[in-house]
Amino acid sequence: MASVSVPTDRRGGLLRRPSATSGFWSWFTTVDHKKIGILYGITAFAFFLIGGGEALLIRVQLARPDQDFLNAAVYNEMFTMHGITMVFLVVMPLSAAFFNYFLPLMIGARDVAFPRLNAFSYWAFLFGGLFVYSSWFLGGAPNGGWFGYAPNSVVDPTRGMTFYAIGLLITGIASTVSAFNLAVTVINMRAPGMTLFRMPVFVWMGLVVQLLLAFSLPVITIGLVELLFDRQFGTRFFDPASGGDPVLWQHLFWLFGHPEVYILILPAMGIVSEILPVFARKPLFGYQFVVFSGIAIGFIGFGVWAHHMFAVGLGPAANTAFAVSTMIIAIPTGVKIFNWLGTLWKGDIRFATPMLFSIGFIAMFIIGGLSGVTHAVVPSDYQQTDTYYIVAHFHYVLFGGAIFGLFAGTYYWWPKVFGRLLNERAGKVHFWLMLIGFNMTFGPMHVLGLQGMPRRIQSYPDSLGLTFWNTVASIGAFIIAVSILVFLVAAIASFRKPKEMEADPWDARTLEWATSSPPPEFNFEEIPVVHSIDDLWHQKYAETEGGRVVPVAAGGSGEAAAASHDGDAPGHGIHLPGPSYYPLVASLGLPLIGYGLIFGVGFAVVGVVVLLAGFFGWILEPSAE
Amino acid sequence: MASVGRAADAHLVDHPATSTGLPNTKLAIWLFLASDCLLFGALISTYVLYRGASIEGPFPADVFDIPYTSVSSFVLLASSLTMVLALAAIQRGDVGRLRVWLLATALLGLTFIGGQVYEFTTFVEEGLTLRTNVFGTSFYVLTGFHGTHVGVGILMLLTLLGLSFGGRITQERSESVELVGLYWHFVDIVWIVIFTVVYLIPTGNPPVAPGG
Amino acid sequence: MLQCAGLRCPPEATQGETGKVRRRTLLVLGSMALAVVLAACAPNATQSALEPAGPYAEKAHNLFVPVFWVAVAIFVLVEGLLVIFLVRYRHRPARAGIPPQVHGNTRLEIAWTILPTLILAGVAVPTVATIWDLAAEPQGDVLEVNVLGHQWWWEFDYPEQQIITANVLHIPTGRPVSLTLCAAGLGYEQPAPSQCQPGPPEGLPPAGIGDSVIHSFWVPALAGTQDVVPGQTNMLTIQADEPGTYPGQCKEFCGLSHKDMRVLVVAHTPEDFAAWVAGQQEPAPVPEAGGDVAAGFDVFLEHRDDGSCTDCHALRGVEGPEDVPLLANGGPDLTHFASRDCFAGCSFATNEENLRRWLDDPPAMKPGSWMPEYDLTDEEIDQLVAFLMSLE
Repeated sequence: MASVSVPTDRRGGLLRRPSATSGFWSWFTTVDHKKIGILYGITAFAFFLIGGGEALLIRVQLARPDQDFLNAAVYNEMFTMHGITMVFLVVMPLSAAFFNYFLPLMIGARDVAFPRLNAFSYWAFLFGGLFVYSSWFLGGAPNGGWFGYAPNSVVDPTRGMTFYAIGLLITGIASTVSAFNLAVTVINMRAPGMTLFRMPVFVWMGLVVQLLLAFSLPVITIGLVELLFDRQFGTRFFDPASGGDPVLWQHLFWLFGHPEVYILILPAMGIVSEILPVFARKPLFGYQFVVFSGIAIGFIGFGVWAHHMFAVGLGPAANTAFAVSTMIIAIPTGVKIFNWLGTLWKGDIRFATPMLFSIGFIAMFIIGGLSGVTHAVVPSDYQQTDTYYIVAHFHYVLFGGAIFGLFAGTYYWWPKVFGRLLNERAGKVHFWLMLIGFNMTFGPMHVLGLQGMPRRIQSYPDSLGLTFWNTVASIGAFIIAVSILVFLVAAIASFRKPKEMEADPWDARTLEWATSSPPPEFNFEEIPVVHSIDDLWHQKYAETEGGRVVPVAAGGSGEAAAASHDGDAPGHGIHLPGPSYYPLVASLGLPLIGYGLIFGVGFAVVGVVVLLAGFFGWILEPSAE
Repeated sequence: MASVGRAADAHLVDHPATSTGLPNTKLAIWLFLASDCLLFGALISTYVLYRGASIEGPFPADVFDIPYTSVSSFVLLASSLTMVLALAAIQRGDVGRLRVWLLATALLGLTFIGGQVYEFTTFVEEGLTLRTNVFGTSFYVLTGFHGTHVGVGILMLLTLLGLSFGGRITQERSESVELVGLYWHFVDIVWIVIFTVVYLIPTGNPPVAPGG
Repeated sequence: MLQCAGLRCPPEATQGETGKVRRRTLLVLGSMALAVVLAACAPNATQSALEPAGPYAEKAHNLFVPVFWVAVAIFVLVEGLLVIFLVRYRHRPARAGIPPQVHGNTRLEIAWTILPTLILAGVAVPTVATIWDLAAEPQGDVLEVNVLGHQWWWEFDYPEQQIITANVLHIPTGRPVSLTLCAAGLGYEQPAPSQCQPGPPEGLPPAGIGDSVIHSFWVPALAGTQDVVPGQTNMLTIQADEPGTYPGQCKEFCGLSHKDMRVLVVAHTPEDFAAWVAGQQEPAPVPEAGGDVAAGFDVFLEHRDDGSCTDCHALRGVEGPEDVPLLANGGPDLTHFASRDCFAGCSFATNEENLRRWLDDPPAMKPGSWMPEYDLTDEEIDQLVAFLMSLE
């Protein structure tokens, strides 16, 4: 590939500086946002398979009444790990994968603001995830639910919830650091002419999500520290016998937990807002309104947390306030849906796989949104809370929403990232199987909840009359599993095709399609200069006086980056930050400190030394020479 | 320390000018400090929520020695002044003075930490431990968390001092001193809030401990 | 065609890919509508929130139903628009060129901001009214019951009637029952005194031997949920209109046997309720000497090194050895054990077979059970079963 000038050997560092930018080992030292994005994607998908496996085990257990396929202890670990995995180790990092890869490309930057810090975030996330999963072999997995309500999470005699607290602290550090990094990237590293209101909606949603992370994760961090201290050091934060208040945990958890919902869904909303215009061949309807509604959702998202706590006994005044704020947040959400419909209106809609998933997203998200409004009706939420109705609701939002949206993005950007298309036929099979399986699994859960099935029960007697829909849901879960298998096969098969994708296979609108597929290490030959929103589109098409849209004649300003190959080798003279061992080393200290808190201070001492060694090596190593 | 790491990452060669005109590192540290505010916010909220909630003593009024803590607070605030002087020195290009003031700042910080350790020891002797009641729990974790911030700050100051001997801190690259300074001032300001909320605002203790 | 039972059957598919898209979309929508229809008339769901049996549950239901139909209407409208747009504006080879680049329409934006706001305001008004209505203290002739959530069973204390029972809550019809909800059990290290515990007599251990954690009291036919939070006293009013049995279940995850923490509410006519109260106020029947029942009583009283039944369980009106009243309250009060339909968190019917299994190894039936396994012989178990079943 291009001869990028990467610093080679240097004196004075603690370790010999790595120099490889390709090959197996380069993945461990890379600071390239694109490679880190791919690492995030692969890791998150691996966790998706594991979390999905846990879901299948849960559905086998619940397929028939009174089963003991998983005993109560294992069942509690299973639903807890399923929740932790899907939220913290799948949807968040999968979104991070897209943000890492595409935010710099879409704003015309060469990398993120702090490339080595970006690598640190990834490794810390990976080690945090592995730390949580190591609990299966070290005395039991977390078993108090992903929400870890005290005092149950404190008094539980197994080590599980200690792993939960530390593991989430580590992944929290990863996400917070990454949030600073990406937020600075978007705010500060836009190409000339890329004003805030020329940014693609996906970039906007990325910015909102990073700010949500930066301001909600600290709250759960303190909650987790308090939980950890109660468990490991005998503090009294949640101990009613000493005057502590278990409800404090709930406030801290949901003050993070509700913004978290938007952290999970806004990336998918951004992806869909990119895909719909491309495949309807129309600009996004009401761009400013979509952007502002996203900002509004992020903002109001901090003011609705207690709607998870209507039954706690906060009193009618608090319940009224949070019912009203919850209804208010439905309004900007509705605005987004109507604008997506407006984008389709009078379009020229092509049903490629990314578009199918985007449409699936809209169709399913509407259901999740509407059932969400019924929760704001507090008296009926007294009935629905902690039942399968809630399970149905948030899976319509997080699976029907986030996962469908993320798959839409996967199909859409696969050719950009890997230079090859995913098989369209397989993609359609995947989509329809997943849509059917999804609705079979989670549709009936609305009914189950209303008919009195509480959440987190390991089994149910036949006498409750819940058997039929549980069986249907379990069958649906396996249909989803088959659909994921189809994707997996198609993904692997795509690598057997030659890497010869053109720069812009979908006739798209945003800057990432202006560079080659896959993009060179330096992203753009020349930093693009942006003149309007959907800049790439305007390079390709012009509007005549009659309002008709016609292609710009060849040789115009279009396809600037893909052209110009004469003279020097491309990329000559572009300085990029060199690869580094130190992010990996520093992040390795975190799980060691975590084990130290559980198994003895020796590990922690080693962990602190490793962490500091990593940071000092990092400081002494110039980012590029 | 983290901000020093970022400082080294500061510029990609192709981005001499940023979109906002602010350096990336400065933007990042402001974001970090805003986020850190919420960490302290959550801990201070915990403390305030548990104000007067302890069932058994010792209660705040039983252990606090306001004059003593006022003095150590003053020491910490004085360190902000020396930090300002350190930055001013390097911006003039005076590396010698930079070293003096960095060291002074670190020593003042260490004095504060020493004072905190002494205070904790006294409280433990008076029967207030991490486990005694929710006052002990929320007090030690909040002030200890702040003390850890001061400790990390001292580590960053000493790192700067070390780097200055390697010739890595120059007038042109004074930004890292500025960033550490921002962090240090932040930690001081947070202490003013903690000192006010925890020590100065009287708590609604039961006048007589139940049963005693 | 089953799939279009709930909707008008789709017209004959148009040619090509998009026709398939539309047909499949309708098929999916159709099956979803069918699911809803089936749900409404699904039989034998005995714990359903859709069949309120008293005024408090009805208040919630009367809100849910109209909101549900409003949601259905919006669903049909929006998903309908989506499908129409997908069909109408699908790519046709015949259509040349690129569609007009419409960027938006401010009037439309304002319209679809205001319209949902109005609908939501319409929902909010009755919602808020009902929140305050349900939170109001019940007036008139109210029966008061203290409810204690243990790991993993419910204890019911009728302060006025001087009755303590477990797992099955008996109430009169047509009369509001005000429940005071408290979490029982032990705190982190020291005992957690609970504000509404029955109050153990001097010298006896406090209520509950499990961990004090959050539970949630829920009998869907009679009222919505109220959480039971350690260190906090919550109130809930329930009422049944007709005599009958109404099952419920703890909703808040509370540890290993969360699924076994069930409850049965039995509503009687006022006369029958009075009779039930009178029966419960009787002291426990002390067996006459001889036979399995008396032998079981002896086993019950027997001091064992690994703990005796009387360490945790009360038999009111009965004195044990050395004339000590049997008033321990670590586990369920057994004074009228056999009069209850179910035991062990109301997950098992009270019968000899279940009881035998239970006494043999409680944690095997209810994982994590705080009643440990005692090495009772088969004979002792038979005798205990006979004794317990005599506690009518």
